[in-house]
Amino acid sequence: MADDIIVSRDDWSLHRKGYLDQTRHKEKVEEVIKQQLGDLIVDESIILTDGKKSTKIPMRSLEEFRFRYDFNKKNHTGQGTKKMVPGEILGRDQAKGKGAAGSGAGEEPGQDIYEAEVTYEDLANILFEELKLPNLDDKKRPLIAHDRPEFNDVRKKGLMANVDKKRTLLESIKRQAFSQKQEKDARLKISPEDLRFKTWETRPNFETNAVILAMMDTSGSMGQFEKYIARTFFFWMVRFLRLKYENVEIRFLAHHTEAKEVTEAEFFTRGESGGTRCSSVYQYALDLIETKYPPAHYNIYPVHFTDGDNIGSDNSRALSLMQRLVEVSRVVGYGEILRTHYSSTLMSTLKRITDPKLRLVTIRDRNEVYAALKTVFS
Amino acid sequence: MDNEKRALNSIAQDIAQVARGMGLDFYPVNFEIVPAEALYTFGAYGMPVRFTHWSFGKAFYRMKTQYDLNLSRIYELVINTNPAYAFLLEGNRLVQNKLVIGHVYAHVDFFKNNYYFSRTPKDMVERMGAHAEKIREYELLYGREKVERTLDAVLAIQEHVDYRSHIGTKGKMENLPQVNRPLKDEGHKCPGDACSGNHSCGSCGGNCTTKEPSKADSPKKVRAKRASLPYEDLWGDLIDDDCKCESQPEHEDLLLYIIKFAPGLEEWQRDIVGIVREESFYFYPQIETKIINEGWATFWHARIMHELDLTDAESLEFALMHSQVVQPSRMGMNPYYLGVKIWEHLAKNKALSEIFELRETENDLSFIRNHLTRELVEELNLFNFRKVGAHWQVTENEWEKVRDNLVQQLVNGGHPRIVVLEGDYEGKGGLYLKHRHEGVDLDIVYLEKTLSLVQFLWGKSVSLETVVDTKKVVYDCSNGLVSHHQVSKAGEK
Repeated sequence: MADDIIVSRDDWSLHRKGYLDQTRHKEKVEEVIKQQLGDLIVDESIILTDGKKSTKIPMRSLEEFRFRYDFNKKNHTGQGTKKMVPGEILGRDQAKGKGAAGSGAGEEPGQDIYEAEVTYEDLANILFEELKLPNLDDKKRPLIAHDRPEFNDVRKKGLMANVDKKRTLLESIKRQAFSQKQEKDARLKISPEDLRFKTWETRPNFETNAVILAMMDTSGSMGQFEKYIARTFFFWMVRFLRLKYENVEIRFLAHHTEAKEVTEAEFFTRGESGGTRCSSVYQYALDLIETKYPPAHYNIYPVHFTDGDNIGSDNSRALSLMQRLVEVSRVVGYGEILRTHYSSTLMSTLKRITDPKLRLVTIRDRNEVYAALKTVFS
Repeated sequence: MDNEKRALNSIAQDIAQVARGMGLDFYPVNFEIVPAEALYTFGAYGMPVRFTHWSFGKAFYRMKTQYDLNLSRIYELVINTNPAYAFLLEGNRLVQNKLVIGHVYAHVDFFKNNYYFSRTPKDMVERMGAHAEKIREYELLYGREKVERTLDAVLAIQEHVDYRSHIGTKGKMENLPQVNRPLKDEGHKCPGDACSGNHSCGSCGGNCTTKEPSKADSPKKVRAKRASLPYEDLWGDLIDDDCKCESQPEHEDLLLYIIKFAPGLEEWQRDIVGIVREESFYFYPQIETKIINEGWATFWHARIMHELDLTDAESLEFALMHSQVVQPSRMGMNPYYLGVKIWEHLAKNKALSEIFELRETENDLSFIRNHLTRELVEELNLFNFRKVGAHWQVTENEWEKVRDNLVQQLVNGGHPRIVVLEGDYEGKGGLYLKHRHEGVDLDIVYLEKTLSLVQFLWGKSVSLETVVDTKKVVYDCSNGLVSHHQVSKAGEK
């Protein structure tokens, strides 16, 4: 027998090197996430899935940069199961076998999707760390209160439905341990004196309410891009306010030359033609506040997105209505989504309002949504 | 000794006898049965012990996930040392292990006998262990962030060392690729025994500020070097290309150039560059013999299995596993499949002694070039494809074009050739690199990012000349910012 062949087996259970470096990679991915927050929060995969808490964010893993050939300009060689003739199509753009090409002889430019353990909540936490609620005003404590039960006591009497199983079992174990005589049948028995019940006290509960009046210009000049920006903004705004208030309502007001209330779906998808009269929606918002949302009870957050292309004659009326709106609200956001470098006449008109509660932002690119959120909530 | 181990031990001995009887000539092998975590760690790091870097963690995560999802599975891993180490996956079935053990012996036979491995130190496990310790020390001394940043940059250019530097210059033969004496290789004298340790010669760095880079790579010698390669004709156009810039010596070994001349690098950073360079020399022969070596091992495991007494059930399982290994893939090239087909084809037409001779002298490039025949290209339905508009389209199926395209992809291990032209560009201490364009453009995004990493190592500005869509373009990087401009013919470098 050859003695130069040895088979052995060791204990590898403490071998953690791979995991340690994997953790480092993950840390680095998360650093990147923080740096790219501006890009991430406008990601379709987040905005359009309604932010389910458990869903993880697919992140590209960190790239290992090299001098490498342009994959798309290269001539590749493949193996077929039948004779392939020139002109045959193998696949579209992002070829499935991308990572496998390259004949195993070099860097394989496949893209690794790294399922980062960053949930929407984590992302929201990072994001909201930098945001705060402006103008917190204690005088405006909401007046509506109703009783809310709080389970905070355990008693020996109570409703059977509220029996506290864990404490009951513990009592039973204790009692049998204390009793001197060891029962032959050692199984636990629950006697009436073991029973424990959860009970509640009622407390008056003051609910804090907030309402977002989402206003958007749906005139012809507002395209997909503008709607998407607005949608992203509202998505995070609602989530942020929900952390601060128990009830956050959102009302969708669309306008061109006239304003009306619409559903969320309509708000983000429908486009109408025609000009723009911003005063119409400001008036509508004021009416809504007057009838449904008394400022004494509600924290009101009107936010208006437009491309600023307002009918010139309407500007002065818009200004005076906006002034009233600012008075009754916590913060008013006015966002202009522009693709040019000019700002509109409406923007310069609104700048005359000096009240810091009015926050004016201009968004020219997707990743400016984050900056806009910071401007409005600072 | 548990039962599985005992059974395997005797099987491994038996198979070794069978394999030796068939002519395979291998080092002693230490087999070790390891759990999946360990095996995938070795796979990701390329070695049981290696320095720490997130990129290995990323590779580990990917491999492990594929294993967990049952998408792919590594059955074994062989380390090229003497004695060789082979790791078997815990839970492999007996017949799987039989196949794997035969496969391992053929790999070790290849490592021992193939010319391209003749320069590989046989104690790389210990060396890499020492490297890992050294880098760990640097982490404690200079902080993890700093070490990681240096490694990020060095690993980005780890392929750009001169794998053929031993050819053509006699003095170099003895020293390379033992990178622990990188400076001696180029004629530099190290004081005392500072360089005899296991590590790259950090203590020499201070004495290395020679004004003029060594003349070792003058164009004449570069040509001489190439002429001694088996297939000069492959280099035809490149030699022509060289003639145009006769006056300018090029340096193929970017890492060595950085070790010697980077103005802003600290000693410990030079040492890290040296470490990565030495490990790169170890891995390169494996990169350039992937197809031929996997083919060889697959060819022999099949032959060995036929010699063993297998039950019907075992035979069936073997056949299943073997067919999985050699499964062709449409958009890529399964090296096992291509390799084993060429070997089988050769075995039909040649004497066994000739076969053994080929495993000594060939690498992937020459193997494909010399032995991928018309019949094989047609039998395997090989074809070339490329991106046309938004589609991946078959472009050619003529056997010579397929062969030549495969060969082209294997040149320089599949990496673009980047050479150093100048270390004091425009008198400002800038590093001037040139991409030797061989028909395929570089990935621009990657180029820019990599350039800024090189700039981090170099300290001063770095430029790279390349060709984009047939136009000569120079990318400059200083202070981490990359810009580029087209170069007119007049300003040609």
